[in-house]
Amino acid sequence: MMTVAAANNPLLPHTSELVVGTFAFAVVLAVVAWKLVPKIRTTLDERADAIEGGLKRAEQAQREAKQLLEQYQAQLAEARTEAARLREKAREEGAQIVAEMRQQAEAEARRIVEAAQATIEAERQQALAQLRTEIGALSVELASRVVGEALADRAAQSRVVDRFLDELEERVRAQEPA
Amino acid sequence: MSAPHILAAESGGEFHAPGVELFDWGPLFPGGPAWLEWLTKPVLVVLLSVIIVCAFAWAAFRKPKLVPRGAQNVGEVAYLFVREQIARPALGKDSDRWMPFLFATFAFILVMNLMGVVPVLQLPGPSHIAFAIVLAAVVYVMMIFLGIKHQGLVGYFKNIMFPPGLPKLLYVVLAPIEFLSTIILRPFTHSVRLFANMFAGHILLAFFATVGYWFLIEKLTPAGFGVGVVGLLMTIIMTGFEMFIQALQAFIFTVLAASYIAGSLHAEH
Repeated sequence: MMTVAAANNPLLPHTSELVVGTFAFAVVLAVVAWKLVPKIRTTLDERADAIEGGLKRAEQAQREAKQLLEQYQAQLAEARTEAARLREKAREEGAQIVAEMRQQAEAEARRIVEAAQATIEAERQQALAQLRTEIGALSVELASRVVGEALADRAAQSRVVDRFLDELEERVRAQEPA
Repeated sequence: MSAPHILAAESGGEFHAPGVELFDWGPLFPGGPAWLEWLTKPVLVVLLSVIIVCAFAWAAFRKPKLVPRGAQNVGEVAYLFVREQIARPALGKDSDRWMPFLFATFAFILVMNLMGVVPVLQLPGPSHIAFAIVLAAVVYVMMIFLGIKHQGLVGYFKNIMFPPGLPKLLYVVLAPIEFLSTIILRPFTHSVRLFANMFAGHILLAFFATVGYWFLIEKLTPAGFGVGVVGLLMTIIMTGFEMFIQALQAFIFTVLAASYIAGSLHAEH
């Protein structure tokens, strides 16, 4: 045992171990360092990107939403003023229409009244004309009767006048139903 | 070779502490074909480490998902640890470019070292200096190559030996020291630090394990019982301590590699 130990100085490398060690390290570097580690690095970078990108996208979405909200609010305010304006306009137009209608109605009423007055006037003129012609005849008739009876007293006179008037009424009554 | 085997050789009935013979391993198949003589236990440990590291990286990083699952979670924790604790402090914004090398180196050394506490195997790979030399040599060659590439042949050595802003007279002393420490001694300190820690740790564990085995099983005596129990307890405690040392040495080796690379990319001031 001791002889074997003396033959091997632990500070002197064995050639075969140097070769194996070089080969072993080369394999590890080729497989792990060259092939596999770059993959995890790519993935870690991608993950960082994904997280940063996600945050950025969320921020963007929030900004857009805020913008949209402001836009909607502006539109809403605009719509409100527009509605108020339309209401005001409608009220004015309504008032105008009412005024116009009233004017028309008044004109119509005036026209009707004028027409009625014209008619009445015409009829009155006609009645007057007729009366004028009739009153002559009637007066002549009345006078002849007064004279013909040879009135002696006031009672007889008034009787004659009353009778005449009754006859007149009857004549009128007889004419009316026709 | 296991503990009973070592002890059986010591037939004198007297306790012998294990020594450097712990690290002598013949071919795994004694009397096998000549072309398999190179396959010893430390070689097997290193090859297994290669398989474990590659298999883990394959499982974790082959098809990485944006939302990680299973092995990828562990792999990402390891990756981020190497990036934040090793690469970033030394390399800054160059970190991502050097992460593949640093991660592979760290993982490989860590697994090789931890083989020292895996039952049955129980031998850290770098306890054989050849494996530490290979790792340090690769870093050394990279360091020299990158230094000349980024700072020029003259500029690189000038930056190492004549850091600006010092009194002229000081350079007489400083220049040889800087040259010696950076160009000559670095690969040795870099590899021997890893090797010696694993070597000593293995001897320490073997010593306490042998004490426990000898005094509790081989030669159980009332007087030796206490010593055996102490040996057993110390074996358990030291196993935990060794796991810490093994992880720490993998970390230190990679930190130094990162700082050497950084020194070559940009002149140290």
